[in-house]
Formats: sequence, C-alpha cells, structure tokens
Amino acid sequence: MAVSINEAVSTDPARDRTPPARRFGGRGLSVLEIAVLTVLAAVMLFPVLWMIETSIKENRDVYAIPAKFFDFQVTLDHFKDVFFSSGGGRSSLSVSFLNSVVVAGVSTVLATVLGVPAAWAYSRFAVKAKKDQLFFILSTRFMPPVVVVIPIFLMYRQLGLIDTKLGLILIYTAFNVPFTIWMMKGFVDEVPAEYEDAAMLDGYTRLQAFRRFTLPLLLPGIAATAVFALIFSWNEFVFAIFLTSSDSVRTAPPAIAGLIGGTTVDWGLVAAASVVFALPVLVFAYLVRKHLIAGVTLGAVRR
Amino acid sequence: MAGIEVNALHKRYPDGTVAVDHVDLSIGDGELFVMLGPSGCGKTTTLRAIAGLERQTTGDIRIGDTLVNDLPPAERDIAMVFQFYALYPHLRTRDNLAFPLRAEGLPKAEVNERVEEAARLMRLGPLLDRRPHRLSGGEQQRVALARALVRRPRAFLMDEPLTNLDAELRADMRTEIKHLQGELGTTMVYVTHDQVEAMSLGHRIAILNKGRVEQIGTPLEVYDRPASLFCAAFIGSPPMNLIEVEVADGKLRSKSGLVLTPPPNLPRDRGLVAGVRPEALEVTEPGAEGSVPARVVSAEWLGDEIIYVVDHGGQGDVRVRMPPTVRFDADAPVGLRHTGGPPPVYDVSTEELVA
Ligand SMILES: Nc1ncnc2c1ncn2[C@@H]1O[C@H](COP(=O)(O)OP(=O)(O)OP(=O)(O)O)[C@@H](O)[C@H]1O
Ligand SMILES: [Mg+2]
Repeated sequence: MAVSINEAVSTDPARDRTPPARRFGGRGLSVLEIAVLTVLAAVMLFPVLWMIETSIKENRDVYAIPAKFFDFQVTLDHFKDVFFSSGGGRSSLSVSFLNSVVVAGVSTVLATVLGVPAAWAYSRFAVKAKKDQLFFILSTRFMPPVVVVIPIFLMYRQLGLIDTKLGLILIYTAFNVPFTIWMMKGFVDEVPAEYEDAAMLDGYTRLQAFRRFTLPLLLPGIAATAVFALIFSWNEFVFAIFLTSSDSVRTAPPAIAGLIGGTTVDWGLVAAASVVFALPVLVFAYLVRKHLIAGVTLGAVRR
Repeated sequence: MAGIEVNALHKRYPDGTVAVDHVDLSIGDGELFVMLGPSGCGKTTTLRAIAGLERQTTGDIRIGDTLVNDLPPAERDIAMVFQFYALYPHLRTRDNLAFPLRAEGLPKAEVNERVEEAARLMRLGPLLDRRPHRLSGGEQQRVALARALVRRPRAFLMDEPLTNLDAELRADMRTEIKHLQGELGTTMVYVTHDQVEAMSLGHRIAILNKGRVEQIGTPLEVYDRPASLFCAAFIGSPPMNLIEVEVADGKLRSKSGLVLTPPPNLPRDRGLVAGVRPEALEVTEPGAEGSVPARVVSAEWLGDEIIYVVDHGGQGDVRVRMPPTVRFDADAPVGLRHTGGPPPVYDVSTEELVA
C-alpha cells in the first residue's frame, strides 16, 4: 500500500538525524559510567556482602581486629544454630521463621482475596463518591505504623489479640488491602470491560464473566501485587515488636533484633539468621520478576 | 428472530450525565436499522440498554414480544459486536467461535458444525488455529462477526464495528455485512457516526442528536428531506447549504436575489431557511439566465467532481458540486443559479421542517 511505502521511506533519513550522543548510548556504557556504577554498587552492597561473610565466619574471625576480609575459616555452624538449639531440638529462631511464613502468607492471601474483587468493583461499577472512597482507602496508609501502634495495642488488649498470630495477620491484612485495591485497580482498568460484556451476552453471569475472562488476564498483576504485600508483611517490624512478646508467636524481624543486646552479641548468629530471613523474598521476587516489572511499568503502554 | 421496540428510553448515568434523553424506536423483524449521530449523542448507550449491559433509567425495551427491561444480557438472546473486538486473547479463533455455543451446552458435533459454517461464511478457514494477536484488524473483525453469527441470535447489535479498519477494508466489510444480513434475515441494529456507512447499509436510519431522535427514515428520505436543521447540516458531504429565504411573488428568494423553486404550502409568517444540496446549485458564466452574480472563493478538486465554494453576496458562502469538466478559476466572477426541485424549508426559530 502507498501509505506503508511512504512510511518506510521516511524512516531512513530520520534515523540518520538521530543525535550522535543517543546513538553512542545505545551501543554501550562509557568507562566513566562503568567506574561510577561499580563504586556505587560496592557501597550499596557492602552491608549485604558483610552480612553474608559474617554468617560463614568462625567466631574468632568475626571478632578479629583488624577485620579479616578474605583469609577466614569457613563454617556453617551459625546456620545450624539458627535452626537447632544447643540442646538439640528446634531453636526459638526457627519457630519465629515459621511464624513469619504463616503470618506473611496468610495475610497476603487474605489481602488478595479481599482486594482483587474490590478493585474489580471499583474499576467496573459506578460507585457513589468513588474517588472519595478510594482516597479514604488510601489514606489509611498515609500514617507510618508507629503512629497507630499504640491505639491498636489498646484495642487489641481489649479484644484479646495481643500476642497472637491472628492479631498480626489481621493488622497486616488491613495494611495490605488498600495497597492491593489501588494497585489491582490499575490492572483491572487495563483489561477492557468488553471481555466481560461479550461473555455476559454469551450467556454468563457477571461473576462468571469476571472469573472466567478477566481473572486469568489479571494473574500477572495479582502476582506482582501479592509480592509487594508479601514483602511488607514479611519485613514488618513495628507492629510485630509491639503486639507480640512470646517466642512462640514472634515473627522473625523482632526475633532477630532480640539477638542484639545483652552483654555479648553473637554476630555470626545474627548474620546467619538475617541471611535466612532475606532469602525467601529474594527467591520469590526472582521467580515472579517478569510480573514485577509489568507491575512497575503499569500504564506505560496504552492501548 | 424478532423486532425490537424501544419506548421512551431515558438513561441518566450515576454521575448525572443524561446520555439518552428520550428515544422511541420501532425496529422491524429482519430489518437492518442504522443509528447515526455525532460522537456523544447516546448511540452506544442506547445499544447497550438494548443488550442489557446498561439498565435504562426509565422506558421500556421489547425484543419480539418479550419485555426485557429486567432480563440479564444472557437471557436476551442477542449478539453484539463491539468497536473493540473483544476476542478472548487466550483462545484460538476456533475456540473463540465455539465459546458461546459451549456456554449454551450444545453437543460437540453441533458446535463443530456451526463453527465450520460460520467460518465458511466469513472465510476464516486458514485463521481457525490462530490466536487474536496474530490476526490483522480486519481478520479480527471478521472473527468477531463470525462469533456473533454462530449463536443464531434473535438480533445483532453492532457498535461501530468498522471504525478501526482502513477505508478500503471498511468498504469491503460493509458489503459483506449487508450481504450477510440479507442472507440470514436477522434483525440488525447498526451504530455508526459515518454517514456513508449509514446510507449504504441501512434499510432505515435513525439520526440521533443529544440523546433524542431527530429523524427516522429510509436513506433516501433522510437525504432528500432532512427533518430538522441538525439533520440537514449532518447528512451529505459537503452538507446542505442553509440559505435564509423570503417568500416574494410566489417565489423563494434569498437576500442575494437567488431564486429557488418554492414548495407548496409555505407559511409566510416566520423566518425561513432553505436547505439546498450542493448538486442542486450550478456555477455558470457571469450573467447567465436566472443566475445571480457571484465569485468563486475556492475550489476542491476531487477527481470525479469539483466542489466550488462560492460567495453570492453577503450571507455566507455556498458549496456547489460540479462535474470536473466545468472549470472556473478562484476569484473568477461567475453566476450562481438553482437547478433542482423545491428544497426543504425550515423554520429558523424551531429548526423544524415546515415545507
Ligand atoms: N459510564 C458512563 N458514565 C457517565 N457518562 C457516560 C458513561 N458512558 C457514556 N457517558 C456519557 O453519555 C453520553 C453518551 O455516550 P455514548 O457512549 O452513548 O455516545 P456515543 O453516541 O456512542 O458516542 P461515540 O460516537 O463517541 O461512541 C456522552 O456524553 C458520554 O460522555
Ligand atoms: Mg459509541
């Protein structure tokens, strides 16, 4: 067709007009850029590297002055101590890891189950004062947890939720639902409502149309949202330390923090526990990295 | 198959927008009925109300003999084709077609048979095993049409189904849709803002404006006698010239002195506007018989015709359609005269047709 020929002709001169700087950037990074990035990366990653190194050092190397960077004895004792107590049997740290898994997992699932249909409803239906409602929902996230932790503590004491996993699950869910609604609404907006309209004309009810057509298209978005919710619940520290006290209920963040203090600090154990703590989210995020990027670049491409 | 009756339809969205003010339609069984109107006039809303995807605020909708006001879309037994094709992205063409049938729980053999038939009708054979993202826009639209066909619904609703296609393909698909509708004899309501599409497809056309019906009629009626100034200015490309006229000694006369053949029964007690089609005017040599002096402002050369914009003294320029053999230069002094029969005449204040 004539149009496509014209376009094909016009692109070539356009490419030649591209400024040289841009062409260079496309080909590779300059030496200076690489140097700056390397230094930055080293500075940023140093604490992480140091943590990993400490977790596999013998104790005397951990406390050696000057610090030993390279020639130290490698040991996995610290990791053993994370999971097993000195008398054999499970350590209290391993219990708190299990608690973290339960609390973060359940609260993420709950937030997703509640938040996704809500996001769908906000996206598809005419809701009275929709914008005000959405703003109100978001506003629950304006305050940092530490501001509301005292009132929550008092309420929980009345309700008998202090020092229970259920209490933590509820508060994390409450914190993650607004986030889930907001993020998922963006994803639902991207899925044309016509799919559901067509399905309804084909004989499905509205809910069936949602479940069979919209939901499958939302899965990447749900994965991305769930990871963010999971990371929040997994890392949460303030509520956990205020609302729980016993070893059997504590999640990992306050438990690890609890290792520091007293007269001597077993830095090897702290480091090993931190590594174990960091791994699951890293692995999970890596597995769903494509969806995460889709979630972050949401709305960049318009239909 | 069934006709569709729409009575006093009114739709107000929760945000207060009145999308449809008052619409009455009576669509015959087997008719290809076109709703035409500018953007935002409520065409889609009316169609969605008929489909059951939107609940009207007041008014009744009947499909066949059934009052469907409170029936969900699934129970209305109609198929709709959207401007955005809404093919399920994760399904191959074959499954997209089979989908509505499986939803009905038809036996496998019949599903296959109907899919084959629809595929043959819309010539989809080679495309059956592809997913939508590997189809071109035109192919996707053919699949969407085929999906509407397989169910053998009581009526088709089409919401600007060809807007996303290029001009050539659009003309082809138009012919195809018209042919198919005639073959199947199924009632079809076709929404468009493209008057060429409306004129070439419709048995009858309803012209909508601001949520109201301005005129319903066959393409010829709508073209020859637009029912209001809005319709007069909307239909035709270029549209009618609207010329203020007075009645004097049994003639219609414009301020510039242009004389028009008067229709019978003209009211005399009000301001009148005549709607004169560009082809009912003629550019002549200056001083030709029955012409008024005028000047060519500009000319559009369209190959098979020339549209002259002509200044005939004061009251607005008029457009004149001439064969390409008759050529005048821009700014040339010319004559202008009326050659057609009596034009439709409108009341200036009510904007309605009066004669
Ligand atoms: N869900 C909605 N909520 C509020 N107002 C709406 C909604 N849908 C449409 N409208 C408004 O109702 C009016 C009619 O819309 P409609 O979609 O029926 O127009 P249309 O004739 O189909 O126009 P187009 O040719 O652009 O598709 C418009 O003013 C539109 O802004
Ligand atoms: Mg529309």
